[in-house]
Amino acid sequence: MSFAKSAVKWVDERFPLSSFLKNHLTEYYAPKNFNFWYFFGSLALLVLVIQIVTGIFLTMHYKPDAAQAFASVEYIMRDVPLGWLIRYIHSTGASMFFIVIYLHMFRALIYGSYRKPRELLWLFGMLIYLCLMAEAFFGYLLPWGQMSYWGAQVIINLFAAVPFIGPDLAVWIRGDYVVSDATLNRFFAFHVIAIPLVLLGLIACHLVALHEVGSNNPDGIDIKKHKDKNGKPLDGIAFHPYYTVKDLVGVVVFLMVFTLIVFFAPEMGGYFLEHNNFVPADPLRTPDHIAPVWYFTPFYSILRAIPPMFGSQFPGVVAMGLAVFVLFLMPWLDRGAVRSIRYRGSLYKGWLSVFVLSFLTLGYLGVKPTSVWGQFGAWLGGADRAVVVAQICTAVYFLFFFLMPWYTKMDKTKPEPERVTL
Amino acid sequence: MRSNFFFLMFVINYSFAAGGGAGLDDAKLDPSDGLSIQRGAKTFVNYCLGCHEASYMRFNRLGDLGLSNGQIKEFLIFGEKKVGDTMVNAMDREDAELWFGIVPPDLSVIARSRGPDWLYTYLRSFYQDDKSTTGWNNTLFPNVGMPHILWELQGIRELEAGEASRLGQKTVTKMEGALNQTEYDSFVRDLVNYLVFIGEPARTLRVQIGIVILFVLSIFLVLTWVLKKEYWKDVNQ
Repeated sequence: MSFAKSAVKWVDERFPLSSFLKNHLTEYYAPKNFNFWYFFGSLALLVLVIQIVTGIFLTMHYKPDAAQAFASVEYIMRDVPLGWLIRYIHSTGASMFFIVIYLHMFRALIYGSYRKPRELLWLFGMLIYLCLMAEAFFGYLLPWGQMSYWGAQVIINLFAAVPFIGPDLAVWIRGDYVVSDATLNRFFAFHVIAIPLVLLGLIACHLVALHEVGSNNPDGIDIKKHKDKNGKPLDGIAFHPYYTVKDLVGVVVFLMVFTLIVFFAPEMGGYFLEHNNFVPADPLRTPDHIAPVWYFTPFYSILRAIPPMFGSQFPGVVAMGLAVFVLFLMPWLDRGAVRSIRYRGSLYKGWLSVFVLSFLTLGYLGVKPTSVWGQFGAWLGGADRAVVVAQICTAVYFLFFFLMPWYTKMDKTKPEPERVTL
Repeated sequence: MRSNFFFLMFVINYSFAAGGGAGLDDAKLDPSDGLSIQRGAKTFVNYCLGCHEASYMRFNRLGDLGLSNGQIKEFLIFGEKKVGDTMVNAMDREDAELWFGIVPPDLSVIARSRGPDWLYTYLRSFYQDDKSTTGWNNTLFPNVGMPHILWELQGIRELEAGEASRLGQKTVTKMEGALNQTEYDSFVRDLVNYLVFIGEPARTLRVQIGIVILFVLSIFLVLTWVLKKEYWKDVNQ
């Protein structure tokens, strides 16, 4: 026996190394018909690693102190060797994380990947998405620019709209009556340790659940129905080497896009790094236009679309929370006879299309002031056009979910194939 | 083709300059023009540094443009500062508030928040206004606290007769300055070029490294693609 073999044997007698690799890589069978949409799971994992590694190096130089935070970021950008690179990778990674996750979630929508038996897989995924939003929100305060400061102020004030306990709740979150050094310190703690810990745990659960039930595929059919005599699915191929080498191509393409942004357009026109965030936080000067970073804007638009009722912003806050929460219910709202969009009828396709259109429109409107499209004439009370459009999109957004049990059931589906198609 | 693509990425990055872009003059900067940045540095230490700071910018970072420490000391540093010091001044914050109503903002990253076109337009938009405390006003930034520090160069401009001051108002020349309009525009362009440079001194290096990494990744792309093709021969049958 060679040395390598005996070393592996030594480990295997004490730790399930070989069987783990077998179960999860070399003899984990994934459907062979994965397409473009299936790159984003592994890419999300890649971005996570990028964010953790660059984050560690940023933490070595960043100062979570209201008096020093802004300067310490500029110190990283100028005096730390290649500090600008680490910082740009981290700031670009934040936005890319959301791009990848949104595409990953959209994949689940079109191929019905949340359907039985993958409900828990979807729930873990949704919890990851929630954590990611929290992580991004906490992290965005750290550069301590005007947008960091006022963005945090606006979001925390949403909690102040909760009836009865709201104002106390907001003070409790901030640790002060305004966003201040105390807020910065606790947000730093959440950003660098609390949320990442939870995130890692949830990702582990997400992967365990995935490997328990197996991957869905673009046809939305079960590959475990047809197995060979060894119990290997006929339409399955080993994750390693087939999907490891395939994902490697995806990784390189992704890194090329990433490189283009980091090295040639790190601000991405003010969408990845906002211009106003190069102005140090000033509690006494509110910027004219406060917009969250692009990945929150669909939900921010929903918040703005709901008018205050009984003198309270609370209904808008509830709508915004509901817009995220309703996604958790997908596995139980969808009663379609098939999983994949390939075999759905026009009813589902139509609803999905208007949903995507509404989501993108809400996202666009969220970065703009509500006056962006001017006002309607007096016959509509001179209302902002953008607000009315956002209200229509909000209605479509919620109807997509609330009507789903009916239109998916009524939809004229096509017969699913027995075996996967390529 | 490739250079077109890089140009496009630059446009994406800088075209949405803060302030909306409406009514701003195109600064037509050339960030690779080191001499222009050096001239701007000279202007900065002579005209701006008295009141404004660039407290994140070290003098010797101008070495990136090819200036030696000796040259920086000789031409750009007045007084006892060392080349490794940051560009700060000795103005008292309380005095500043008393004189201008506001502490003059730090200019280290002003080009990143305002955008080059805004700065270029702003520095060319001052006019004489007896109603303001400094005697100056600005059509791009009404009631700004800053006086027209470059008036001897640009000359004095005033609002068109009978017009109230408002945003984007037209001004006419009241007194010629030491520079004609073309000269003054290029003088301001150099200064803005310098402000863009100190906003992100690593910019040139960033683009250079980016090109190398893209090249390396494109090789990886071919390799991984071939590898994938080879392995996947036995699937798809």
